[in-house]
Amino acid sequence: MFALADHLLHLEGDALPREMDAHAAAALLARGIACRAPVGGAVYGTLLNDRAALAALGDTVNAAPYKAPPKAPVLYLKPRNTFAGHRARVVVPDDAPGVEVGASLGIVIGRTATHVSVEHAADYIAGYTLVGDLSVPHTNVYRPNVRLRARDGFCVIGPALVAARHVATPDALKISVSLNDAKPPFTANTASSLRNVAQLLADVTDFMTLDAGDVITLGVPHGSPVARSGDTATLSIGTLPPLVVSFAGAQRHNGEPS
Amino acid sequence: MMRGRVAYAGAIHEAYPHEHGVRLADGRVRREDEVVWLAPIEVGTIFALGLNYAEHTKELQFGKQEEPLVFLKGPGTVLGHRGVTRRPADVTFMHYECELAVVIGRTARNVERENAMQHVAGYMISNDYAIRDYLENYYRPNLRVKNRDGGTVLGPWFVDAADIADVNQLELRTFVNGTRRQYGNTRDLVTGIPALIEYLSGFMTLAPGDVILTGTPEGVVNVNAGDEVVCEIDGLGRLVNTIASDADFGRA
Repeated sequence: MFALADHLLHLEGDALPREMDAHAAAALLARGIACRAPVGGAVYGTLLNDRAALAALGDTVNAAPYKAPPKAPVLYLKPRNTFAGHRARVVVPDDAPGVEVGASLGIVIGRTATHVSVEHAADYIAGYTLVGDLSVPHTNVYRPNVRLRARDGFCVIGPALVAARHVATPDALKISVSLNDAKPPFTANTASSLRNVAQLLADVTDFMTLDAGDVITLGVPHGSPVARSGDTATLSIGTLPPLVVSFAGAQRHNGEPS
Repeated sequence: MMRGRVAYAGAIHEAYPHEHGVRLADGRVRREDEVVWLAPIEVGTIFALGLNYAEHTKELQFGKQEEPLVFLKGPGTVLGHRGVTRRPADVTFMHYECELAVVIGRTARNVERENAMQHVAGYMISNDYAIRDYLENYYRPNLRVKNRDGGTVLGPWFVDAADIADVNQLELRTFVNGTRRQYGNTRDLVTGIPALIEYLSGFMTLAPGDVILTGTPEGVVNVNAGDEVVCEIDGLGRLVNTIASDADFGRA
């Protein structure tokens, strides 16, 4: 069981997350504090849930290697080495052109969800958080690519987990990502999702249980911006407190234990 | 040393093999069927390898690979020895996969294969079920095939790496209702354990408790509700699982 009344933040340096109201959270964040991920369960990403992403594949979904459009939700794991928090510095791999900054609504599970119906899905949601789902850009989605999706720090979560009662319309939230505060930012909307929040939970929990504290993303918007070393990205979704991530080049220290 | 984890009489216990069944850490000896077997360790990240035995790859009609086919599994798939795995009524091909599970014991980042085995704590048997009816060609094998509740059976024991003389010469066998259906040897791994640790730790940090399921050899057949599936690996024991129907899970 994972009950939440307001905003949960895990401030860097604190042993445990703490709950506060929106004003207190905003005041703390305005001071530029860094945070850890506010939740620690399993994190599942959802691929191709943006209608635009599927549309971009066009007729190739009927050609090899795909051979048919996707039926079930396409999911992937963001393992624990990827977890990072607000104001994290993430390494851009030497051999990559940059890192795609996918801003996704993170659905945080409040109680064990097995085989839940669309009608009752909301009962299983504790709240929502922002997930900066990072990946090395790739267009071929035939094989799951752990090397491009699961690098250290590639799942930035937070800063706040916001109780569901504060998020009245999860299926109609504006998404924006800006690099170095450039205007206009990249924008999208959770309304363009193929499966909405309730449908996604129903279809996923038909075959796998989600536990309290687990996070499943609604999916990153198609065409998300690509950050390079030295960039700072600001991600926002609806009225969730914005998430800031900065990007740095790979540094190898000789003699550092591997 | 062989260690298991069992639930008995209101608590979870470390447990060890005993001639009359199993000995709990507190000294009590019980029959194997008196305790509930959990996965032998609390697992961290679970990696699984596809197409990592040459003959099995041929069996599934795949060509040579450019890099290891790795996918990840969530914690909800894990099941202990003597557990029960659901087979949906509408499927035609659900199969077991007997695999050597490698458990990481020390943090690994940019580890070269020459040093990789220093990061291995030990081994377990894994039976990693798949339902081929649900295969789709997006991030294949997709989670509906490979990340089902109770689809990753681990145990019965965690065995210290030091107790396995040569991990590259272990026979794997799977029996369905007593008939041997699957047979292989870890010497036939396409990408061996040191190379897998080098590959994975080259782009991400591996931590103690992370588990690498190293792939399955040829010989996979469909299983049905009521079937008993037993996976064996030399030196690691005998992992039992039973297939159950939708009706058993209230889904009739």
